Amino acid sequence: MNPFEAVRLALDTIRTQKLKSAFTLMGVCIGVMFLIAVVSIVNGMGNYLKDDLVGKLIAINSFELRHRPNINMGDVDNATWEEYRKRKRLRYHEVAPVAEVLPEGTRYAVIADNQLSMTSQYGRGPRTVRVTGVEGDFFDIKALEVTDGRLPTPQEYMLGTPVVVIGPDVVERLFPNLNPIDREVRIAGVPYRVIGVTETQGSAFGMSFDNVAYVPYKAPARRLFNAEPTMIDAMMIQSPSEAEMTETMERVRTVMRTLHQLRPAEKDDFAMQTADSALEFWNKLQGYLVLAGVALPAFGLVVGAIVIMNIMLVAVAERTAEIGLRKALGARRKDILSQFIVEASTLGAVGAMAGVGLGVVIAMIMRAVTPLPTAVAPWSVVLGVVVGAGVGIISGVYPASRASRLDPITALRAE
Amino acid sequence: MSNTIDDIGISTTGERRAVVSVPGTTPDPDWVIVARGLKREYDMGGEIVRALRGVDLAIRKNEYVAIMGPSGSGKSTLMNLIGCLDSPNGGEYWLNGMLVSAMSDDQLARVRNKEIGFVFQTFNLLPRATALQNVELPLVYAGIPADERKRRATEALDSVQLGPRLHHRPNELSGGQRQRVAIARALVNRPSILLADEPTGNLDSTTSQEIMRVFENLSRQGQTVVMVTHEPDIAAHARRVVVLRDGIVESDERRERFVDRVGISHATTKVAHD
Ligand SMILES: Nc1ncnc2c1ncn2[C@@H]1O[C@H](COP(=O)(O)OP(=O)(O)OP(=O)(O)O)[C@@H](O)[C@H]1O
Ligand SMILES: [Mg+2]
Repeated sequence: MNPFEAVRLALDTIRTQKLKSAFTLMGVCIGVMFLIAVVSIVNGMGNYLKDDLVGKLIAINSFELRHRPNINMGDVDNATWEEYRKRKRLRYHEVAPVAEVLPEGTRYAVIADNQLSMTSQYGRGPRTVRVTGVEGDFFDIKALEVTDGRLPTPQEYMLGTPVVVIGPDVVERLFPNLNPIDREVRIAGVPYRVIGVTETQGSAFGMSFDNVAYVPYKAPARRLFNAEPTMIDAMMIQSPSEAEMTETMERVRTVMRTLHQLRPAEKDDFAMQTADSALEFWNKLQGYLVLAGVALPAFGLVVGAIVIMNIMLVAVAERTAEIGLRKALGARRKDILSQFIVEASTLGAVGAMAGVGLGVVIAMIMRAVTPLPTAVAPWSVVLGVVVGAGVGIISGVYPASRASRLDPITALRAE
Repeated sequence: MSNTIDDIGISTTGERRAVVSVPGTTPDPDWVIVARGLKREYDMGGEIVRALRGVDLAIRKNEYVAIMGPSGSGKSTLMNLIGCLDSPNGGEYWLNGMLVSAMSDDQLARVRNKEIGFVFQTFNLLPRATALQNVELPLVYAGIPADERKRRATEALDSVQLGPRLHHRPNELSGGQRQRVAIARALVNRPSILLADEPTGNLDSTTSQEIMRVFENLSRQGQTVVMVTHEPDIAAHARRVVVLRDGIVESDERRERFVDRVGISHATTKVAHD
């Protein structure tokens, strides 16, 4: 009997034994559905964190030199915090020696920021805005462009001219229905001239990235960013490629250790935060989640397998006479074996496909009603179908071999 | 060979004795069935049931043989051995010059598929399959492609006058029709023997006569037929009657002698021959 024939026979049997088949399908279907849905949700959470959150904070192939990491996803213990707190702050005068050792083509920027109050004579009340003092290639590294006006000139950076580039939220609040360019805005009471408006940077976890303002680092607001005006929050460094970044980080480390006069035995008292290091905790967590996401459905599939096996055993018992007859008419042992295995694996595969369908639907619903960009992982679909069919085959083997070993006379007499 | 017209399809006692008597020799392929000292014992938890105790039987091509005997005499056991559904504990069984008693499971399956057509007392049709699908079954295991299967199965059903019932399921057919589907299925692979274990056992007498007419026609067309029955008037349709008792052949004779011996009215047998 050829394989096509076997599948046709299996489908026939499944069609005629609808109820039984439906129960069999359900076990596999639910398992696979969970697999697809859980994996896609975990992936969605990962993508959300990567693209929407960390991706917006840390540019590609870049790292931030800081006194301590500022993106911590929950895995910092007390002792570490204690150590973080005691660290020396980064100073503006350390930027030049670091910049000195950067390979050609490397961009860098100085960052110091704080939540400051902004007012204008055109809008309602004061607005608390994240104001960042920047210098260097900040806008290039962030690939941040203005939709209106311009960015600060080198001269303005050098002189610390009170000019400001504001985000769309600030425009909306402080300059309702007005073109803000060249108008005055006050940052903590000090007047600044608006020279540009940035494009929107979106939001994550309900937090807007558009409630921002950028001023030259040397502008008067510098005094308000940190306890001392020479302190900076970070130096942002971007390599032309991922490969060069490692080398650059090594060089920066060496300079910083020298500047901080660290002895070889001492640990770094500064942090170089990459997108990966920021996501380290998430990556660890994601591993557990995927594991749980696979283990749970796996349990469901085992239950499904047991159900299929039992149903197949009942089917073999019920169809003893049929098996005997088929053998009497010339079916070999392997014909009977393949008939039952194909039947079980077809059930498994059909159940798996239904599970994939439902899993995809769940992922789509999650995408629609939550901010998670759930994405069905192709590998989970393949795994689901393979595992579903596999469960069918495995749970079909034992009943099938029992069936194939039936003695035709005994089997015939079973009617 | 001095067979008269009447003798066509009947081997003589002498010929049979000759072919059965020398163990180990390959019979002439003209002999469809040659059993020499065939034994089949069942071990029922220590107690040995000797169902067949050394059966000698030779059946030549075109013969139409009935096997009779009291209940428990070993008729079904013998049919299962002849039909390659079972293997003997002793003796040898040659089918078309092939030593079946030495075959593997898969070879036996192949022989059942190609050489044997089975008709059962209880019809044994697949209840959910149509007449056509039931008849196609042996062809499926013979690896015949679907369109040819359909053509041959239709042909076989036509030959038993079931052409208009191709797509009926067994529960939509009468007992006689079901048995004719079973006969079509048995014949569809053009087997060298048609084996029937009490083919009329579940049928009323009119329907039984109908089935006997089908067998008679097949026999006339050259089909070798072996059937088990315990009704003498059914047995009387065959040309040769073998009687088993306690697992051995008690008698093996022409129909006419059997009819005379057991005294069946000539009328009954006559009807069947027209
Ligand atoms: N599978 C078996 N296990 C044990 N004993 C068996 C088995 N099959 C048959 N027998 C025994 O072998 C003997 C012959 O049985 P068989 O079925 O061949 O008789 P039969 O002539 O066909 O009888 P009937 O006319 O009732 O069908 C009986 O004693 C029966 O009990
Ligand atoms: Mg019997």
